[in-house]
Amino acid sequence: MRVPLSWLGEWVDLPEDVSLESVHESLVRVGFEEEDVHLVELTGPVVVGQVLSIEPEPQTNGKTINWCQVDVGETEPRGIVCGAHNFVVGDKVVVTLPGAVLPGPFPIAARKTYGHTSDGMIASARELGLGDEHDGILRLAALGLDDAPVGADAIHLLGLDDAAVEINVTPDRGYAFSIRGVAREYSHSTGAAFRDPALAVTPVEPVEVFPVTVDDRSPIRGTVGSRAFATRAVRGVDVTRPTPPWMVARLKLAGVRSISLPVDITNYVMFELGQPTHAYDLGILQGGFVVRRAVPGETLETLDGVVRTLSPEDLLITDDSGPIGLAGVMGGATTEISDATTDVLVEAANFDPVSIARSARRHKLPSEASKRFERGVDPTLGPIAAQRVVDLLVEFAGGTADTLGTAYSAYPASVPISFSPSRPATVIGVDYSEAEVHDALVLIGCEVQPAGDGTWLVTPPAWRPDLTDALTLVEEVARIVGYDRIPSVLPIAPPGRGLTREQSARRRAAAMLAAAGATEVLAYPFTSAAMVERFSPGEPAMKLVNPLDPQNGLLRRSLLPGLIEVARRNLSRGMTDLALFEVGTVFLPEAGVAPGTESIPPGAARPDDATLAALNAGIPPQHWHVGGLFLGDALAKQPGAAAVASSLTDALDAVRQLSLALAVDIRVSTGSHPALHPGRTAQLSVGDRAVGVAGELLPSLARELDLPRVVALVELDLDTLIELGAQQAAPTLIGTLPAATQDLSLVVPVEAPAGKVLAAVVAGAGALLEDARLVDDYRGPGLPDGRKSLTFALRFRAPDRTLTAAEASEAKLAGAAHAAELFGATVRE
Amino acid sequence: MPDAPQIPENAVEAAVAAALADIAVAAHSAALRAARAAHSAEGSPLANFNAAIRDLPGDQKAAAGKLVGGARARVNEAFAAQESVILAAEERAQLAAEAVDVTAVPTRWRAGARHPLSLLMEQMSDLFISMGWEIGEGPELEHEWFNFDALNFDEDHPARAMQDTFYVEPVERHLVLRTHTSPVQIRSLLSRPLPVYVAAVGATYRTDEVDATHTPVFHQIEGIAIDRRLTMANLRGTLEHMARSLFGQGAQIRLRPNYFPFTEPSAEMDVWMPNAKGGARWIEWGGCGMVNPNVLRAAGIDPEEYQGFAFGMGIERTLMFRNGLNDMHDIVEGDVRFSQQFGMVV
Repeated sequence: MRVPLSWLGEWVDLPEDVSLESVHESLVRVGFEEEDVHLVELTGPVVVGQVLSIEPEPQTNGKTINWCQVDVGETEPRGIVCGAHNFVVGDKVVVTLPGAVLPGPFPIAARKTYGHTSDGMIASARELGLGDEHDGILRLAALGLDDAPVGADAIHLLGLDDAAVEINVTPDRGYAFSIRGVAREYSHSTGAAFRDPALAVTPVEPVEVFPVTVDDRSPIRGTVGSRAFATRAVRGVDVTRPTPPWMVARLKLAGVRSISLPVDITNYVMFELGQPTHAYDLGILQGGFVVRRAVPGETLETLDGVVRTLSPEDLLITDDSGPIGLAGVMGGATTEISDATTDVLVEAANFDPVSIARSARRHKLPSEASKRFERGVDPTLGPIAAQRVVDLLVEFAGGTADTLGTAYSAYPASVPISFSPSRPATVIGVDYSEAEVHDALVLIGCEVQPAGDGTWLVTPPAWRPDLTDALTLVEEVARIVGYDRIPSVLPIAPPGRGLTREQSARRRAAAMLAAAGATEVLAYPFTSAAMVERFSPGEPAMKLVNPLDPQNGLLRRSLLPGLIEVARRNLSRGMTDLALFEVGTVFLPEAGVAPGTESIPPGAARPDDATLAALNAGIPPQHWHVGGLFLGDALAKQPGAAAVASSLTDALDAVRQLSLALAVDIRVSTGSHPALHPGRTAQLSVGDRAVGVAGELLPSLARELDLPRVVALVELDLDTLIELGAQQAAPTLIGTLPAATQDLSLVVPVEAPAGKVLAAVVAGAGALLEDARLVDDYRGPGLPDGRKSLTFALRFRAPDRTLTAAEASEAKLAGAAHAAELFGATVRE
Repeated sequence: MPDAPQIPENAVEAAVAAALADIAVAAHSAALRAARAAHSAEGSPLANFNAAIRDLPGDQKAAAGKLVGGARARVNEAFAAQESVILAAEERAQLAAEAVDVTAVPTRWRAGARHPLSLLMEQMSDLFISMGWEIGEGPELEHEWFNFDALNFDEDHPARAMQDTFYVEPVERHLVLRTHTSPVQIRSLLSRPLPVYVAAVGATYRTDEVDATHTPVFHQIEGIAIDRRLTMANLRGTLEHMARSLFGQGAQIRLRPNYFPFTEPSAEMDVWMPNAKGGARWIEWGGCGMVNPNVLRAAGIDPEEYQGFAFGMGIERTLMFRNGLNDMHDIVEGDVRFSQQFGMVV
């Protein structure tokens, strides 16, 4: 809401030294956030001049210019070249003198033109920012201002010495979408005297009835579309008369341009009082109004020239010709005021906020009117606003108020709220006195009646439909007395249990990967159908209705596409060695399970357990995953050390790091994944549960994605890892007696996975084997074709005695025997 | 009588002198070993003299033993002394040879980094944990009831249109990407015994294109406290405690009246940043208020018996003004150079 200071000052006292900043400050205190300031971009000298002589001078280009002598209140007249011809000697005009700056900015200077030195400019309305009129210069007589003294400051005369604050009005306070409401709030904040503009109007009761029937057969959510409707008529107006410049200036600062006198007046009244009004050409209207819902298929051409197909929920103003307006949103084209209009019918109605909000949204027509109706308009304002429009039309368009009109009101009276004067203290924590509470409520317009039992009956004013219960009144008391009165008292919570096991574990996972050299990223979870098809073929993904980028309209099932996207961005910026990880949510809808629920339970009441369970069951599973991406060099080349390229090693090291961080034994076995290298993919599992995958990106896919050939990837279901991880460590006593170490070389088929052979050795060697590691994988001369030799370093120890070499050898051979059984392994001497 | 062996004193002295001379010029271990062979080992003059003692007449043995023993002791002492000098020199030489440029020693480790948003969320969570609060959680893809209706957003309320919500298909099944962490309020109230003191952090979504101050995926921290006597003064106390922990002891909280469907009264909170880049000033930090009775009702709590407060703020925004950042792009794009400036500390 933009508030011109001159307009505000008309209804509330402003201090002599008022500034935009001080007004903002005062309004912020009562809850109106500062948005902006608006200035008239016009600085002087701009003065009233009188044309003393006009010498037309035809030019070679076919134009005729006028060489004028203009009295601007100085000892000598000024010579000014003017291209316009719509004025005569004696006319008073607006002269911008050298030094003035017009909106544009367009600085004025004395300049040589057409053989003369033009010592200023005679301005048009458009040049002054007063509208679109540019057919000629602005004649003050046309504005009824021809008695202005020559030399007077025209900026002041035209109301252009003004500026506006722009404030944010929260949705609960529709009344503040008016000068009336803002002036009232300014008064609450500063104590300055407020004059209610609604009381400055004396509505005249209509004598002849203009029939209005509200025939709403399908009220939305039980509320009839219109519960108050006022009309008034004015006859014999000249709608072509100019809008007074002060009104144009105020409207412009308020954010709307001047259109025509009647439209300007209806806008002016809406901004001043907060009640939208509409002016019809009474001569075109056929019969009275019926306010009803649209029938399916019905259409209406609105004032903006668009033919709209209406919904049965749209509320219409109709006459005998059919729909003539989309109620509360926009008028229709057929009954619009034209230059030929002489008789005007003014409508000032009250419409159901919900109905208007839905229509405005449906037709994407957020008008100044709908904005106000959506937030609730004072239901008593109709006759006042209509009268104000009539008064202004009579004053500026020269009409006569008619006795024809409508005074319909079925609006229920405000319901008193039972209120305990001690309630504000118990909610806010400030010891308000009873007088403070009382005065605050009265100040905002409430009626306060003692109920006899120490409580009060508080009736909110008509313009505050948001005041519905005791707490809304508490807020008003706190607001009016001031939020700065609220002290700071730290509450003592009962002892808590700290982070949950899952929360701690997620932190450890992230801290571990970062400590091990990976950089955390938080990628957007939006991905493309192509990437889902690559990484989760055949799996369903949730689809956004309104994605920002339609190419990326799906919610990720995997962290890998996001990591790849981030890697690509880093690569494009020259970061060619990357170790990235993300701990984030993936969205895992299940095929054949309908997401969501058919309906939404109402608010303000706890749904029953079955309903709550259904709500939760409709939400697709979302798991925390951890993913990693490695490319380029893991270690760059250094003095005396060659570069170490990233590979599957990095991905599997991340798995080992997570094993440690989460106290879970993650088993690596040969795996496959549609996006990964068929020979370099590891399935990751805990017990018999698959928990993830590690591998190198398919080289063809890497090429397609402009990535280097080797991109190592890993992704694990973090929720499952945490679930399967140890609740607490289960250590055993460590043996301190001497160990026996032996190597074991086994010849096995090349396709036998070393991890499985090792597992076989471990299983066969029994309890004396304390540690076993693969130390060599030899293929080549000395071995039969298709065989490889795996060497394991084994460490044996007994808890109760020093092992002999023979005992260790026996255990080793038992391990070898088991491997022989499973893989045909032979011991290589 | 056979000739008695002679151990002339001058001969012993000559052998000692010869030994000491060789020892003195032995510059390395090998030379010293050679000197030892020549002057101390079996067959050397002093060893021979020593062997001859047992053949001396009994009355001369003592004197000769003393003479030869003293000579050998002097030589051995010289050996020991020279040996330690040589070892020290050789040690020094080896250390010198092994010296490396410690400013260029290769690494076997690469530096990783946490994302500053994660670090800040953890730091803020820890503050609430330290106050006895717990950290609540909820899904990011949420049911509209939790995201709106339970929080007193009427189906037609303009506030509901204020939020630019990502809906998922099919739209008539009422699932959205949560627009705030506030659904966790409801989930916490529904699942925990009263009183409830819970904070929630996490990702939230609105249909804003990325620009200097917006991102469609952002993060919030949210707090809700419901107890028998909590007031707006307690809200302010909590916010002020939080502000001081994050921004320094000079931080203060200012509340301004505002509107949110889920609180009544509602306030916009500003924080006084004593150490703000460009000078101390008030900065808009988030929204807060006393929990609307309809929210409590949605969780089955009697608003006549319990009341409390809630608040929420953006993590990105907090990071920006706390750490003097002015472009959202850096925070969301995943450029490793950005996070690596933080390492493990925000």
